[in-house]
Amino acid sequence: MEVDETTVRRIARLARIEVTDEEAASLKGELSGILQWVEQLEEVNTDNVEPMTRVVPIALKQRDDVVTDGEKVEDVIANAPMSEDNFYVVPTVIE
Amino acid sequence: MTELTKLTLAKARAGLANGNFTSTELTNAFLTAIEAGNGDLNAYVTVTGDAALARAKESDDRIAKGDDVRPLEGLPLGIKDLFSTEGVHTQACSHVLDGFKPRYESTVTANLRDAGAIMLGKLNMDEFAMGSSNETSYYGPVVNPWQRTNDNGDLSNDKLVPGGSSGGSSASVAADLCLAATASDTGGSIRQPAALTGTVGLKPTYGRCSRYGMVAFASSLDQAGPITKTVEDAGLMLAQMASHDLKDSTSVDVPVPDYTKVLGQGIKGLRIGVPKEYRIDGMADETEKLWQQGIDWLKDAGATIHEISLPHTKYALPAYYIVAPAEASSNLARYDGVRYGLRVPGEDLIETYEKSRAAGFGREVKKRVLVGTFVLSAGFYDAYYTKAQKVRTLIKQDFDKAWENVDLVLTPTTPSPAFAQGEKSGDPIAMYLEDIFTVTVNMAGLPGISVPGGLSAEGTPLGLQLIAKPFDEETLLRGGEVIEKAAGRFTPAARWWQS
Repeated sequence: MEVDETTVRRIARLARIEVTDEEAASLKGELSGILQWVEQLEEVNTDNVEPMTRVVPIALKQRDDVVTDGEKVEDVIANAPMSEDNFYVVPTVIE
Repeated sequence: MTELTKLTLAKARAGLANGNFTSTELTNAFLTAIEAGNGDLNAYVTVTGDAALARAKESDDRIAKGDDVRPLEGLPLGIKDLFSTEGVHTQACSHVLDGFKPRYESTVTANLRDAGAIMLGKLNMDEFAMGSSNETSYYGPVVNPWQRTNDNGDLSNDKLVPGGSSGGSSASVAADLCLAATASDTGGSIRQPAALTGTVGLKPTYGRCSRYGMVAFASSLDQAGPITKTVEDAGLMLAQMASHDLKDSTSVDVPVPDYTKVLGQGIKGLRIGVPKEYRIDGMADETEKLWQQGIDWLKDAGATIHEISLPHTKYALPAYYIVAPAEASSNLARYDGVRYGLRVPGEDLIETYEKSRAAGFGREVKKRVLVGTFVLSAGFYDAYYTKAQKVRTLIKQDFDKAWENVDLVLTPTTPSPAFAQGEKSGDPIAMYLEDIFTVTVNMAGLPGISVPGGLSAEGTPLGLQLIAKPFDEETLLRGGEVIEKAAGRFTPAARWWQS
């Protein structure tokens, strides 16, 4: 699959990564190259094959639905680039 | 004190137990070696000398009193920057985690700490473990301690890559800047760097080691393991790194054996599979020769050799380059510039995300996040992601079938030896092909080990890979030991980084 610059920009927007014009142009080629290369999978007959969901056949573990951790506001906020009164600070979301 | 740094983990452990030297002396020897050599090699991104010496003193006290001496008491290790270490630099060598110091410890490093091991510092790696040459690190490339030999027999000054993503781990072990190192393997990131540096790299079965506190790349493939100087050391490390952990729902509840007990048992009567699909075009002659040598060594040790077929081998790498970026795009969505790490302010919240992520992620990471976002996007999900997961089922079935007739599979670890910095960075597919022999193992969740097998015509190391059934790391170690005994150990000819 060949992707164009519009697609690169749309994907970058979905991924929340700002791209410059220069980056978009070079990513167009690189992404197309990778997507074309992986298309060799089309040669494989996968009719009636289940997609893999886990490599080791174990049942998903369950535990009692109780609180086991918490009351760690300081730890949670410790690495925030900007915080105030135990809240993360972000640009205004709602006017 | 350089002699101390040359010891294997097992020998250092015995030396401490016998009182030949103290953990403080051992730790100081490594800190001195790092101080002298890290400028050239760039293997460590941070060194925790004071904390290491404090822990060494505690170990010396325990050893002196003779009570409560733990399995890795007083032994200095390097830790890949991908493992969360409380209060210490943990960025998976990405700028997006700028300044991040976790408030908790990964299970693997907590296990090692509780076993008495000492952390010397955090090791360089490809950013978010995406790379096969350690050239994508925000902290710059790691240099392989090995050098090529020119036609006239002199050592070349060309800087070789140490493999990746665990390039700091492989280089530091090869250069004696730690006794052993933690590493992680998503598509080959333990075994390929081990092969390129003459070290042993063990990727355990998926679920053997807890992923809790490891910076996530592709969660269905990521697995922690050791890079060490010997097969025995790999067993010593894995016995402590592995555990069942309720904090990781994919961690498997099977007992952790004493992996060193099986050493010396040999492989008499074991059945070794040699997959015909691994004889690829473009494999170096010397790799082919080494592979044959490995077959002969195992045969001489009493194993039987069987040609096997793993028909979907050639599709493992393209399937991986759908599954891994897809999972990465999801895992890396957490880096938003709000809760931790780098923040580049924008006009609004979305622009803050976009600018922070644009400034924080390197080129390779951006590319993979975009590929992942694309293959998971509406209209493409089934054609790419579901298709790749189906192919993955077929790859696993290939192995399931092989295990009916063989106990281990022998392959080369990489198609060719260490290459120079910059040599493959212009061609992403050429770089991805570094993992062609290792990636199937991740796709099927199997354990694999790379053991040094010999030297290339350029005088640089080549590795042989053994693959085993799920949770059969013991047989893997037995086979690895046979190769090690036959091939011998390999260390760089000149210790140029020490001067």
